[in-house]
Amino acid sequence: MTAATIAPAGPDHRAAFPAATFGDALRSEWTKLRSVRSTFWALAMTVVLGIGLGAAISAATAHGYANSSASGKLSWDPTAVSLDGMAIASLAIAVLGVLCISSEYSSGMIRASLIAVPKRGRVLAAKSLVFAAVTFVVGEVTSFAAFFVGQALIDGHAPHAALGDPGVARAVAGAGLTLTALAVLSVAAGTLLRHPAAAIAAMIAVLFVLPGIAQALPDSWRNPVTEFWPTLAGGQLANVYISPHTLQPWPGFGVMCLFTAIVYAIAWTLLNRRDA
Amino acid sequence: MIEARGLVKRYGSTMAVNDLSFCIRPGLVTGFLGPNGAGKTTTMRMILGLDAPTQGSVTVGGRSYRDLPAPMREVGALLDAKAVHGGRRARDHLLCLAQSNGIPRRRVEEVLRIVGLENVARRRTKGFSMGMSQRLGIASALLGDPAVLMFDEPVNGLDPDGIHWVRTLMRSLAAEGRTVLVSSHLMSEMALTADHLLVIGKGRLIADTSVEEFTRSSSQRSVHVRSPQAAELAARVRDAGATVRAGSTSPAATAPAPGGAGTAPDVIEITGMDSAEVGELAAAHGIVLFELVPAKASLEEAFMELTRDSVEYQAAGATR
Repeated sequence: MTAATIAPAGPDHRAAFPAATFGDALRSEWTKLRSVRSTFWALAMTVVLGIGLGAAISAATAHGYANSSASGKLSWDPTAVSLDGMAIASLAIAVLGVLCISSEYSSGMIRASLIAVPKRGRVLAAKSLVFAAVTFVVGEVTSFAAFFVGQALIDGHAPHAALGDPGVARAVAGAGLTLTALAVLSVAAGTLLRHPAAAIAAMIAVLFVLPGIAQALPDSWRNPVTEFWPTLAGGQLANVYISPHTLQPWPGFGVMCLFTAIVYAIAWTLLNRRDA
Repeated sequence: MIEARGLVKRYGSTMAVNDLSFCIRPGLVTGFLGPNGAGKTTTMRMILGLDAPTQGSVTVGGRSYRDLPAPMREVGALLDAKAVHGGRRARDHLLCLAQSNGIPRRRVEEVLRIVGLENVARRRTKGFSMGMSQRLGIASALLGDPAVLMFDEPVNGLDPDGIHWVRTLMRSLAAEGRTVLVSSHLMSEMALTADHLLVIGKGRLIADTSVEEFTRSSSQRSVHVRSPQAAELAARVRDAGATVRAGSTSPAATAPAPGGAGTAPDVIEITGMDSAEVGELAAAHGIVLFELVPAKASLEEAFMELTRDSVEYQAAGATR
């Protein structure tokens, strides 16, 4: 009956078709990413939180500017203030990044994926690349929008920044770049830990909990920890004003990239070594 | 063609697969049979490169799975029908798998038609029944039009119509010259589908034989005997090279034991000798027989007999 539509397999079957490529894996991962609803919701959250929270924080702090201390005025960084929402929005990216591989483990889809592409590094590379690219686009759009909205709200209440000011364009574009690095880190964490809940908890710990705990440490401990903590160091790229005991923007971003590279290498190795 | 040589998989102290060697040939449906926990799925996972063997190797078409240039074009596999992302539409699920191997989009529509899911292609798979999931899994196995197909318990959860459909599909795939490996823990299912059997228990190969041979050898060699001189007959039979074990039930209605109490005849099961040979042997030694019945073991019984010692989980008080 229906089986008659299947063409018979020839003896030199293997010569008759092209080998699967990395491009094929990229197309596949793009389909996977766009075909689940969580992608849409997480990206929408990123945009809404990034712009909305940025606007709220901008408006609130700009109104408080007049009453702030001299040192507060000295460290006033309108660019960074307008990009503050990105730090919270990064949670949505972290969750989505973790989910795009750990949901494959929890559903069992990973087996279908690895049967289709047994070169496991290719699956991880394609997945991270696609997700990083999507995050980069969404991140840049969000950070530029947040910047312009924020500056419009700050204008009139406090000194505001323009894209042409020194370091400002770098900071705005940098907020999107940091988010992209975080996207790759999340995919690696999801690959490493495999369980969605565990990997999301780990990302929240890295992003929010451990930096919070570090604040409670005595200065002599706190400064080196907060200076080199990967996500805090990476966030330096979105600052124009560089406060003491923090890294310069690019070295800070370098620390985050290095950390991401290490986690990624471990994830890559384990993915290849473990039974799926 | 799937070839395994000395395949071993150890999880900690558990031997899931123990020195398995086999060759699965094209043009046949090979039934991969064993009780639950026998190592069928582990073996399939090793064939597909999901699990690394502790020892030994397995190749598909002469290559290890991980080295296949476009795996889905050579091997189609269904391991666990429910192992799909429930939030994805059926068509997108198949599309992302097809794309990973450079398989054109129109093939997705073709396989959806083959398995009869074209009307639900836009539905998200979490709403799928077990039967629909099995069909989706079979569709994904067929995507690459592969020469080798592997299905792990494909009829689980299917209705009688679906079971019949899967059987027909397996048979026609094999008839087209493909290698078809189907695992099951149900002998009765395999009797209807398979040409060849690979029986394993506790990770070891128990039988690698055609279904015909399996049926013949198992039904021929078992003879049920009731005799007041069972012990003597047993000794004679053993001397002749056959094996004997104590039988517990009589195939005939249990008659009152003749000869009064205390002389109840023993029942024995003889394998390795047919009923004529047993009868002649008994006559030659003047042994009285009350019953001499060639046991027509069904495939199911033959299978249970074969794997009885290798069942991993047995209910307490199970008679077999």
